[in-house]
Amino acid sequence: MFTAKHTLVALVEDKPGVLTRVAGLFRRRGFNIQSLAVGHSEQAGLSRMTFVVSGNSTEVEQVRKQLEKLINVVSVSDITEEAIVSRELTLVKVTSTASTRSEIIQIVDIFRANIVDVSSDSLTVEVTGDEDKVKSLIELLSAFGIKEITRTGRVALTRGSNFQKGN
Amino acid sequence: MKKTGAQILCESLIQEGVEVIFGIPGGALLPLYDTFPQYPQLRHILFRHEQGAAHAADGYARVTHRAGVCLATSGPGATNLVTGIANAYVDSSPLIALTGQVSRPFIGKDAFQEIDITGITLPITKHNYLVTDTGELAKTIKEAFYIATTGRPGPVLIDIPKDVQQEEVEFSYPERVNLPGYRIISKGHTVQIKRAAKLINEAERPVIIAGRGIIISQAYSELKEIAEKAQIPVITTLLGIGSFPENHILSVGMLGMHGLAHANMAVQNADLLIAIGMRFDDRATCATSGFAPHTRIIHIDIDPAEIGKNVPADIPIVGDAKNVLRNINKEIKQREHLDWLSQLDQWRYEHPSLEIKQTGGLLPQYVIQQIYEATQGDAIVVTGIGQNQMWAAQHFVYNKPNSFVSSGGLGPMGFELPGAIGVKVGRPEETVWCVAGDGGFQMTIQELATITQENLAIKIAIINNGCLGMVRQWQELFYQRCYVDTKLWNPDFVGIAEAYDIPGIKVKHKEEVIPAIQKAMDYPGPFLIDFVVEPEENVYPIVQPGESLSKILETPNPEIIGRY
Repeated sequence: MFTAKHTLVALVEDKPGVLTRVAGLFRRRGFNIQSLAVGHSEQAGLSRMTFVVSGNSTEVEQVRKQLEKLINVVSVSDITEEAIVSRELTLVKVTSTASTRSEIIQIVDIFRANIVDVSSDSLTVEVTGDEDKVKSLIELLSAFGIKEITRTGRVALTRGSNFQKGN
Repeated sequence: MKKTGAQILCESLIQEGVEVIFGIPGGALLPLYDTFPQYPQLRHILFRHEQGAAHAADGYARVTHRAGVCLATSGPGATNLVTGIANAYVDSSPLIALTGQVSRPFIGKDAFQEIDITGITLPITKHNYLVTDTGELAKTIKEAFYIATTGRPGPVLIDIPKDVQQEEVEFSYPERVNLPGYRIISKGHTVQIKRAAKLINEAERPVIIAGRGIIISQAYSELKEIAEKAQIPVITTLLGIGSFPENHILSVGMLGMHGLAHANMAVQNADLLIAIGMRFDDRATCATSGFAPHTRIIHIDIDPAEIGKNVPADIPIVGDAKNVLRNINKEIKQREHLDWLSQLDQWRYEHPSLEIKQTGGLLPQYVIQQIYEATQGDAIVVTGIGQNQMWAAQHFVYNKPNSFVSSGGLGPMGFELPGAIGVKVGRPEETVWCVAGDGGFQMTIQELATITQENLAIKIAIINNGCLGMVRQWQELFYQRCYVDTKLWNPDFVGIAEAYDIPGIKVKHKEEVIPAIQKAMDYPGPFLIDFVVEPEENVYPIVQPGESLSKILETPNPEIIGRY
């Protein structure tokens, strides 16, 4: 069956141990999380988690149903097939010298990314976008030498007026 | 009114209708035990090992359809519960595990007898709690019982620090729970039910596979109605035994690795499988690639995650078995499947799986058969794991609802004795036979003391073949008879029983079987029989590991030995 990346969005109760329960479930069932992002949602006491998992649709449906069974998980949707806005934020610390600095800044501008820190031998770039955009920028910057990268993982919402609500 | 955490716990348990607690005290539970004398309506049964307490609470839950409560202290007490909790989890049994924990200021400090039991039991509980706010204790207990007993039942653990037991707070027991992430779908989807009924009305070779879900939902009469109305033969899983009377004309018996040959053949040749409250466990389906190749599948289960997990369903129906069957029964037509039934009869005749060898030796199958004859099926049989379990499943005729109590999914040797204690406590009016293996019996043998202390009239039949029989069987069949560490030196079990003040008999000859069973039945208290059976007797039929249900090995076949 066709294996693809799926984006799952879960509303979970904001309680101690919930992340462990979710992560433990993935481990136990042998599912691989490619990325996971968590933060408060618009509703008090509820957090929204965005997972990227890869697998065929049967496997991912099984992940979704197992997640639904967790008492602290209020709802889970696989929004892969829907129109979604998805972003991830990446910080890249890239080696720079007086001679390369302006070239890096040009590339950063083209990607509508930002320089958020400067030192004598490095620039820290903040880029937001989908994974392809981030990947392309990292590829270009790697020519200058990358010191460190940190990424948030994907966060996503469906487009338009649809929304996922708690009970 | 202000009450201590310990009082709140006791009063909440009483509010939930708890009558019995299976437990062992310890340091972190002293405040709770100190409170027990104030609540004489809570009967505490003292165990010798916490695993026993957990299995007993599980056994109690299985036969009473109520939550079974076990209680253990922090650290080792809690970790000793783990096997019992896992067993309840895998077999969907409503268990409440209460554990003491070190006082809140010590949590995270590696204090004496501190262990992260909520972390340990995360993957083997339906849900668990560490109570850090005494004001939340009553609400937590309310939620725990609700979660454990509703939907697909399962174990819930509550870890209660010692100082929470001591702290005084205002107490009122909540009337309802608020669990936004917990939904139970008990009513099947109407369209799916109509589609299922259509398939049932059109099927020519239908079979029902009934699982433990029928028993949990107590859908006995609904199952009987669908079977009789549409004339559908009923096969059960191991844990589905006791969901349908085995002396019924439509009863086919158990499927699976040690299922009856004609039951497996029925599944493999059916054109419609109605799977109810079962989860297509690998011991039931064997190789799924070759499972029921000609059939369409209606899968009814209360747990949506079971649908399509192991075997894809053509018509999934999420819901409670009783409710769904009731609605399906309204939609189906009266049918006759005489050709199909006579085909099954022919297979049964040509492939007799339950024939017991004519021999002067003492065969385990004969022992089980005679226990059935003596009780006429009017008993609850609690088994261990392995050969004794399979023979008990095959050779006793289970006509009474929920009369077979066994561990299906986890398979912890040693379930039988404490399991039987829980069953006898829950159903004191029933005759309870504990069918034990000589290996498993020694894993929880200490609970003989619990039996004597509580004077529980449990009849214990040890199927003593002097080895870890099922492992030995696999070594014989699939490991070129290379017997490694399966032969047991055994103590004198009758002597041991007597030391625990339980009378017993050792039976070595076939002709002694019936009188011994009669003696056990006539004795008013607990009784043990050590049946020294043929050591090399194997369980047949067997589907070889990795093969489909079609590859049934019905009798000892020298050709396959050495092939694996």
